[in-house]
Amino acid sequence: MHRHQGRAVGYNWNWGIFWEQSPEGNGTYLDMLVQGLGTTLLTAALAWIIALVVGSAVGVLRTLPGRTAPLLASAWIELFRNMPLLVQLFLWYFVFPDLLPTPWAIWLKQLPNASFVTAVIGIGFFMSARVAVQISSGIEALPLGQRAAATALGLTSAQTYRYVLLPMAFRIILPPLTSELLNTIKNTSVALTIGLAELTARARAVQEFSFQVFEAFTAATLAYLAINLIATLAARWLESRVRVPGYGKA
Amino acid sequence: MSSTAEPVIRIEHVTKSYTSGMPVLRDVSLTVARGEVVVVCGPSGSGKSTLIKCVNALEPIQQGRITVDGEQVGGKGVNLPRLRARVGMVFQHFELFPHMRVLDNLCLAQCKVLGRSRQEAESRSEALLDRVGLKAFAGKHPGQLSGGQQQRVAIARALAMDPVVMLFDEATSALDPEMVSEVLDVMVELARSGMTMMVVTHEMGFARKVAHRVVFMDQGEVVEDSPTTVFFEGAQSPRARQFLSKILTY
Repeated sequence: MHRHQGRAVGYNWNWGIFWEQSPEGNGTYLDMLVQGLGTTLLTAALAWIIALVVGSAVGVLRTLPGRTAPLLASAWIELFRNMPLLVQLFLWYFVFPDLLPTPWAIWLKQLPNASFVTAVIGIGFFMSARVAVQISSGIEALPLGQRAAATALGLTSAQTYRYVLLPMAFRIILPPLTSELLNTIKNTSVALTIGLAELTARARAVQEFSFQVFEAFTAATLAYLAINLIATLAARWLESRVRVPGYGKA
Repeated sequence: MSSTAEPVIRIEHVTKSYTSGMPVLRDVSLTVARGEVVVVCGPSGSGKSTLIKCVNALEPIQQGRITVDGEQVGGKGVNLPRLRARVGMVFQHFELFPHMRVLDNLCLAQCKVLGRSRQEAESRSEALLDRVGLKAFAGKHPGQLSGGQQQRVAIARALAMDPVVMLFDEATSALDPEMVSEVLDVMVELARSGMTMMVVTHEMGFARKVAHRVVFMDQGEVVEDSPTTVFFEGAQSPRARQFLSKILTY
């Protein structure tokens, strides 16, 4: 017998593994992965909503006149952008509850799906910093005269953002925003460290129960590729739908 | 022009400077009476564009007073957006909103600021597009129009607010030469219809044709403020004479 450490010597391929019952007793190994995929999608979708809503608000604040609003926005961005996501999730999950008054901390720790809630908020805030940077640079890319024209027509500051600045800013940043959406989806895998049963965690569980490591992670890889491809195609479709006729030509 | 009528624009002893350096406006006073067309000219950096932007508070002033239609700009209890809505402004770079159709560019502030119904705004917009010769372009986007056409739309957009006065900030400076006249034609028609206008321009032909008065500025000061014929036939100040000799020889 040769000994090759780290190589799959004598590995027994078994692509039929997915249709076998898992020892968890509530379905096949495939069901485990599908549940994981569902959790990944739900976590990513909710985190992306938080990232978009909070990121847009912070991005707008960063472009307001005066000093206080831009300063607060920059503080938010630097805080959430400069710490590794893993550290942020640990802080939210393990440290943050203990900073609260005891009754709140107990309530928080007893939430049935604390790791899911933590992942959604943690990844959402982390991504919001990145979205905020995109939004504010999109707004700053617009000619200064756009704001002046809207103001001169009597629109309030809120109306100017709502009807004039943001619609164009979002169009400009759609391609980089798509990358941030893909990052959000991929970042959900970090949440396995706080016990979220998302796709990567479930693939690992399949491996641990069945020892079919290659099949489990091949399936997970293909699933990640598929959702990111779908997200990319959806973003392309959206880009072509909101394209402004005659805009951007020389 | 009756000198006793209450002016639409009254600028009194206005001084403005940016945070560092020389003042850009020094003790500027001038008035624009109802139905009057006043051309403001002068070399680059003379403060004429800054002055016109102070009239609707796109630029703040440090000293002095500006009243529009009897209301003090930036005064206590004065609703600035409503005041701005009564002052039409046309910019050098048109500043149409690129993501909106021409018709929507005209309707936006009518609906959001004046509270007109969509139907009312559309019929007013169509009438104005007809007036500037662009009724057929209502459904186009700004990027599909030539520069001259865009500027005519911008004039119509300002007129749609039923302003008491129209401000033109170098409205033809960014246009290709062959498009200047189509915009000037609209401005001349507007002047002859009795609109009160304050026009920053280098188009001395326009000034001769329709201006009641010409104001010449240099280094942030009003150097000369004369009836049009007096200004062109015998400007008093050497600086104005020098300016005229330079731009009229070619």
